[in-house]
Amino acid sequence: MSHRLATGGRLIDRSTSVRFTFNGTYLRGHAGDTLASALLANGRTLVGRSFKYHRPRGIVASGAEEPNALLGLGKGDRFEPNQRATTTELFEDASTTSQNHWPSLDFDVGAVNTALSRFLPAGFYYKMFMHPRPLWKHVYEPFIRKSAGLGEAPAAEARDPDSYEHFHIHTDVLVIGGGVAGLAAAKSAAATGAQVLLIEQTPHWGGRAVVDGGEIDGVPAETWVNATLQTLEGMDNVRIRTRVMGSGVYDHGYALAYERIADHAPGGEAPRHRLWRIRAQKIVTATGAIERPLSFAGNDLPGVMLAAAVRDYVVNYAVAPGKRTVVVTNNDDAYRTALALHDAGLEVPAILDARAEGGGTLAEAARSRGIRILTGRGIAKVKGRKHVTGVAICAQAGEGTVLDTIPCDAVAMSGGWSPVVHLWSHAGGKLTWNAEEAFFQPDPKRAPNTHDASPVVFAAGAANGQLGLAEALSDAWSAGGAGEGAPTAAPRDEAPMRPVWVMPENAKPALRRKAWLDFQNDVKVSDVMLAAQEGYESVEHTKRYTTLGMATDQGKLSNINGLAILSQSLGEDIPAVGTTTFRPPYTPISLAAIAGEARGALFQPIRKTPLHDWHEANGAQWEPVGHWRRPYCFTRPGESKHDAVIREIDQTRSSLGLLDASTLGKILVKGPDAGRFMDMLYTNMMSSLKPGFCRYGLMCSENGFLMDDGVVARIDDQTFLVHTTTGGADSIHAHMEDWLQTEWWDWQVWTANVTEQYAQIAVVGPNSRKVLEKLGGIDVSKEALPFMRWTDGTLADIPARVFRISFSGELSYEIAVPANRGRALWDKLLEAGEEFGVTPYGTEALHVMRAEKGFIMIGDETDGTVIPQDLGLDWAISKKKEDYIGKRAQARSFMASPDRWKLVGLETLDGSVLPEGSYAIGEGRNANGQRATEGRVTSTYYSPTLKRGIAFGLVHNGPDRMGQEVAFNRIGGEPVRARIVSTMFFDPEGEKQNV
Amino acid sequence: MLILSCPYCGVAADETELHPGGEGHLVRHGPGSSDDEFESYLFLRRNPRGVHVERWRHVHGCGKWFHAARDTMTMEVIGTYPAQVSEPPSEILNALGARSA
Repeated sequence: MSHRLATGGRLIDRSTSVRFTFNGTYLRGHAGDTLASALLANGRTLVGRSFKYHRPRGIVASGAEEPNALLGLGKGDRFEPNQRATTTELFEDASTTSQNHWPSLDFDVGAVNTALSRFLPAGFYYKMFMHPRPLWKHVYEPFIRKSAGLGEAPAAEARDPDSYEHFHIHTDVLVIGGGVAGLAAAKSAAATGAQVLLIEQTPHWGGRAVVDGGEIDGVPAETWVNATLQTLEGMDNVRIRTRVMGSGVYDHGYALAYERIADHAPGGEAPRHRLWRIRAQKIVTATGAIERPLSFAGNDLPGVMLAAAVRDYVVNYAVAPGKRTVVVTNNDDAYRTALALHDAGLEVPAILDARAEGGGTLAEAARSRGIRILTGRGIAKVKGRKHVTGVAICAQAGEGTVLDTIPCDAVAMSGGWSPVVHLWSHAGGKLTWNAEEAFFQPDPKRAPNTHDASPVVFAAGAANGQLGLAEALSDAWSAGGAGEGAPTAAPRDEAPMRPVWVMPENAKPALRRKAWLDFQNDVKVSDVMLAAQEGYESVEHTKRYTTLGMATDQGKLSNINGLAILSQSLGEDIPAVGTTTFRPPYTPISLAAIAGEARGALFQPIRKTPLHDWHEANGAQWEPVGHWRRPYCFTRPGESKHDAVIREIDQTRSSLGLLDASTLGKILVKGPDAGRFMDMLYTNMMSSLKPGFCRYGLMCSENGFLMDDGVVARIDDQTFLVHTTTGGADSIHAHMEDWLQTEWWDWQVWTANVTEQYAQIAVVGPNSRKVLEKLGGIDVSKEALPFMRWTDGTLADIPARVFRISFSGELSYEIAVPANRGRALWDKLLEAGEEFGVTPYGTEALHVMRAEKGFIMIGDETDGTVIPQDLGLDWAISKKKEDYIGKRAQARSFMASPDRWKLVGLETLDGSVLPEGSYAIGEGRNANGQRATEGRVTSTYYSPTLKRGIAFGLVHNGPDRMGQEVAFNRIGGEPVRARIVSTMFFDPEGEKQNV
Repeated sequence: MLILSCPYCGVAADETELHPGGEGHLVRHGPGSSDDEFESYLFLRRNPRGVHVERWRHVHGCGKWFHAARDTMTMEVIGTYPAQVSEPPSEILNALGARSA
């Protein structure tokens, strides 16, 4: 049965038919339809099941406030759940599915919950699923998972094929909302010469006025809208955009907007969504108002809709939600719906006006068309199972005694209007209660302020509580900032509304249990009353206890009705109870839009060393280290990573290895007070270091914890070169600047992070000296360049600084050359090293060799809770210095406690490799009843040099327990026994490096 | 998202250009200080509902640390000034005095 009217439909193009599917059935709509209007045109009023009771639900609204019509949209990689049918434009071959039903939309097993609804009251989940505990895993959780959640997540293997982007913009004035108020505000702001950005969330301009009629400046509203658009489009200082929703307003005039560029034309070249990041000097929120439902029994049945939505479908889409529509209202505006229905040739058997005194001029217009008006009446109950079949009428002032029954197939309800105050509230704007209209509206005396304490957000039009056309226009004009020239219209001519929070006023429990406040979350009048009775006095607590206004609703439909019930139950005024917090986004935005271009290869920048390309071409297995990519190892064809690491270590220890050490942090510290500053930075004495020498040092935080280590080279009297860990370069440089700028600002010291200025190559192994001698240049003999010295010169005619330092225990040189000469040096080393079987090695070989030699690694042996003393590094802590960063902290009692876990070496009895992160099993149980622990593994490797597993661990009283055995846990296996040994597994005397 | 003016380079910087550094004008307590002094220096921080003096660094700009006096409730920025002072300059103190008066 088609519900499409023969004529009319402002927004549809009848000449274009669009095919789509709903739950697998082919349907047709027109270009210009939304999914909702197309479904209604096809008579599909049942579009989903409710969240908790699985009640049949239909379309309620025509815009962003729609609570029920959330559909699964698209297929495969483009499938997305929870797409709002009312705000999704119809497109060819759109594939849509309803949600929250099992096994089918028409027959749903979960609907049995409705029969149980007396047993599923507010806080049900908290009350019922507490005990007994064993039932959770097998009964409660599967039940909740099966019945909970809106829609289904896309398939795990699905990959979004669309692109998304961010757009940064500065503007003088941002106007959010393209109704007549937004247009007037934009025109007004533009008249002052300001740069104006006007955005509208739908594809259409004019908001309600173009549906509701009326005249502006003597012409029909729609004519005025088109003329105004033309004016704005012709102005250089104005930018206007549709399909852009004001999503959130933040501090100091910052706003986010969400543009749906291609949702209505998927699969093209354009990005699908765009996130606008806007900084405005002034923000005008002309976001309109949202109609409130009325709370009567059965108000959730498909066919019961908001009155304004009913006339939207009739006027905009030529769709009749029903052939016989009963209008129920507490205000004059809903009479416009009766008139629109009547003018479209549809039947309106009655208007039920809860006000005993009835309506004004609009009511007269309805009466003159012969529409029956019953004042002081309401709905006792809606009849029907899956769709409205009639309404039972009662006196609004009574308990629900049925006076009469009217057959109908639709109900248009209006409980009054609430300004959309979300954006105003996001950045801290306060609200004031308007008792006459029974809504919260922005309080201009408490607007969100910008940096100079002046207001930055201005609400305009209906969003500011001005529901009349003339009043909204004049309010918006003044919000825009211009003086004279506001558009004019006839003043509002409506009889006062009357707040109706429950229908009928003294509805009995049986009715209250069927009167929904929040359709999406299945919250009823009885639930809020119960919450109040159980002591939930705060509106924020009630919200969470009952789930009222959660999820995508965010108080759009349910807020005021829920508050009113709560305040009545508590015996307080509505303003005393207050509202819940409005948080961005206004309606859900896609995560992909938030990510923008930052995904895949563009997720974050990758730092590449000057040797990156060589690594890539030679089997590098990449490992991310901070933003760097470093080779973990270099595999040869057919070789496993494990075998590659062993080969690299064996070859380095027996002959010659090369390591790209370019990522090592390099910071110059310079100035007359550099030595003094270095002594504060490091735990050991650095000022005594002589030019030409190197020294290993430790850096702690002011909290005493070890945060970085590395070799310092003194370049000259006033200059130190600090080497940091790869990951620490930026943070250590920032650490230095923090202290220099904010604590010791009178010291003459300057720092420069020169990490990327140099390529650095470690030449390691017994043949390292020979290969450097082949290159020619710097004298690298034992006498000329002893261990822990450095020198400048050339190697193979490349300017180079050579440090004789070792992180492997081998004879070793680190060579720094200008970054752009790095590859040349690397190639020379490979060429000259060929006779020694030169072997580039990666970070894993580096790690294993340093562990064999007993060197700690920041981030393995340290985790932000470890002090140098825990690691047996007392030798690197100056006793002479009065102060260094972290010294006072290390004097705290628990830092000196003998019970701290301390570093030892660990050797498994069976030679196996200890599991990473494994814990040493202690005696008995701790205070939480868990197995006690007495240590943990910090590094663990297979050592090809020793042909066995080696590890470091922090163990209680470890250094005093040499030779003892400790058991370490292994997930899914028996504990492993290990012996406590020295951390120096290999060449403890340093005979290999000091040759 | 806040805008703070860097007192060094004069740029009105978005919060994304800045790095927050917590409460300003802490007095460092090193070796020799009491446990209470050290605890207060390292851990105890004001969290006022109202005017707060904070450290910020123009990290994606000139790299300088500076101070900002701002109201955590109204988002008003009373002023920004260099890091190399032990207390707010007189114009900031005067502005604060005018507010409380």
